[in-house]
Amino acid sequence: MVPITTLHYLIVAAGLFVLGVVGVLTRRNVVIVLMSIELILNAVNLNLVAFSRLWGLHGQVFAIFVITDAAAEAAVGLGILIAFFRNKETVNVDEVDLLKW
Amino acid sequence: MTPVATPFFFYLLSGLALLGGILVITRKNAVHSALALILTLLALAGLYLMLYAPFVAGVQIILYAGGIMVLFLFVIMLVSIEKSQREDQFNKQWIGGLVGAVALGALFVRVFVRSKALHDLTGMPMAQLPEQSNTQEIAVYLYGNYMLAFEIASLLLLVAIIGAVVMAKKRI
Amino acid sequence: MLDYVTSYLRSNTTPGQAGNLLWAFIYIILIFLGLSVAVIAMNWLERKILAHMQVRLGPMRVGPHGLLQPIADAIKLLIKEDIMPAEADKSVFWIAPVLIVITAFTTFIVVPFGPTHAVTDMNIGVLFMLGVSSLSVLGVVMAGWASNSHYPLIGALRSSAQMVSYEIAMGLAVVAAVLMTSLHGIGLYGVAHGAVGDGTLSMIDIVKAQQDQHAWFIFKFFPLGLIAFFIFAVAMIAETNRAPFDLPEAESELTAGFHTEYSGFRWSLFFLAEYSAMIAVSSIAVTLWLGGWLRPFPTWLTGETWDLVFSLFPAATFLLLALIALVGTLRMPKHPYFRVQTLGLAGFAAVLALIGILLLLPPVRDRIQDIYWFSLKVAGFMYLYIWYRGTFPRYRFDQLMRVGWKVLLPVGLGVLILTAIVGVLL
Repeated sequence: MVPITTLHYLIVAAGLFVLGVVGVLTRRNVVIVLMSIELILNAVNLNLVAFSRLWGLHGQVFAIFVITDAAAEAAVGLGILIAFFRNKETVNVDEVDLLKW
Repeated sequence: MTPVATPFFFYLLSGLALLGGILVITRKNAVHSALALILTLLALAGLYLMLYAPFVAGVQIILYAGGIMVLFLFVIMLVSIEKSQREDQFNKQWIGGLVGAVALGALFVRVFVRSKALHDLTGMPMAQLPEQSNTQEIAVYLYGNYMLAFEIASLLLLVAIIGAVVMAKKRI
Repeated sequence: MLDYVTSYLRSNTTPGQAGNLLWAFIYIILIFLGLSVAVIAMNWLERKILAHMQVRLGPMRVGPHGLLQPIADAIKLLIKEDIMPAEADKSVFWIAPVLIVITAFTTFIVVPFGPTHAVTDMNIGVLFMLGVSSLSVLGVVMAGWASNSHYPLIGALRSSAQMVSYEIAMGLAVVAAVLMTSLHGIGLYGVAHGAVGDGTLSMIDIVKAQQDQHAWFIFKFFPLGLIAFFIFAVAMIAETNRAPFDLPEAESELTAGFHTEYSGFRWSLFFLAEYSAMIAVSSIAVTLWLGGWLRPFPTWLTGETWDLVFSLFPAATFLLLALIALVGTLRMPKHPYFRVQTLGLAGFAAVLALIGILLLLPPVRDRIQDIYWFSLKVAGFMYLYIWYRGTFPRYRFDQLMRVGWKVLLPVGLGVLILTAIVGVLL
């Protein structure tokens, strides 16, 4: 078997990143769009941690910051979602067109 | 200590992570998507353990799987989803989105195949980080080099809390 | 082959660190068996103790003093029809109890029953235990949602809010205890070191730190350690959804909360998970604050004599239990109808006495001590759980949230800051 190198982790991370991008670009449900963003953030995290094997622990520290950021983003995003659902009774992104006329 | 980074576990965990990712973006039901995302997160925590990052793996499990995803599930249950399940799941620009994503994927593949720097990387042996003192060193970095960033992150969290409360509460 | 088996016994580490798969497997099986026996015993004890608190007798019919009641219950649950609601989400309904049992049992990988008696020693031990036990909330939410029914859904929503809120207070209390591992300040019962060393998250090293500092962390920086312990003790009851914080399954409001729609084997999985989770959080509390496997008074009562006295405790406990069973046998009614039960109880007493005598042998005595003290402390917590259930009225949901966010969280933060200040200054 081929020994596992950094490139293997990078490929997995790239796959997750592309999946997240597909989710953000094509889904209508806001909750799933937010989850796709979490996928993207996790792909980045995997890259950071994989590189921290090569160049010291800075990558892991940044991964922790990314997780913090994801928590803040999820809280605010879901708060907006609840406010939006209360006003418009829908969770679809393409129906958020209050500013379009 | 026997090496934990066996190829078998790598392929198993990354397969689970990618499978979870695919399920997240294809499921009709948002709860199923959330559960698939939890699968991805836990598989990634396993990968972090294999990369000698136990602290990040622990934080991933506690914060992501135990905290953020519970928040997601909570919100999905608050907003009724029966209606949106019967509607069209993909937006009108889904072809454009898919093409863009495929282009991005092709770019990744090209970079991975052609890049000389990356090839040098794969030749490099992965360092055996000292597992025992890993967490302590992260703490030293967090409260030393990255002190300012750490404080800003705490401020960001405070702002996020206030923002979430302001937006989600009916009457303040 | 034989060398592979015996080489571990001579090494002075946990099987996980020694990389010995066979012994890790043996330990896992032993812990699994021990937990199952403990859960069965808890089932009987809880009903008996609650009954006596309410001046009732409790189960008396199946076996002498209802001793065989849990086995009868288990058989009943296993042969009961397993109903799945027609409108339920099949896959999630199926996964939820399995997930909750897995999370409850996985935490025991790092529980240190003795300096070498743990499956493995992770250097993120406490973090691992908190993380995995926080995953059980997912099982609860999944069960409540998949049932597609109102009571379970409300129970699941309550439970997720409650468990996420109390996790924060719990985490702060744990951080305060972890901080103490690095501070060799003047403990009330300790000697002054005045140095700040390396902290640790590993469960075994935390107990070793308490040993080195000659102070259980509950007594350290009095009253800071005590307050942190109190916060944890309150939060862990909320975390395991037990009375007085059993709102997710409040039977007077929600019939049974998140597992209303479950029956038979699946329901028994929830039962198993609840009691294992109680044991798991109690072992965190014991490890962090009550000195884990250390015997009481390790600094006051030293010397050969005291060591001998304390090492006789396990045997004494079993002999006492045997004596109680013997008295019970003698007090059984003399009617021929009860002959089988009397003989059974006498046999039970004999088995207990045999274990007690076995524990008197010096080689067994020395090896079993750590496990005995750890289990005894955990058993104390189990009794407290039952006691709370017998005495405290249930909280209202807003009261529960107020206690979590407005009392435990600020006090936990204060304790953390004060611990850091006191630890560095003293």
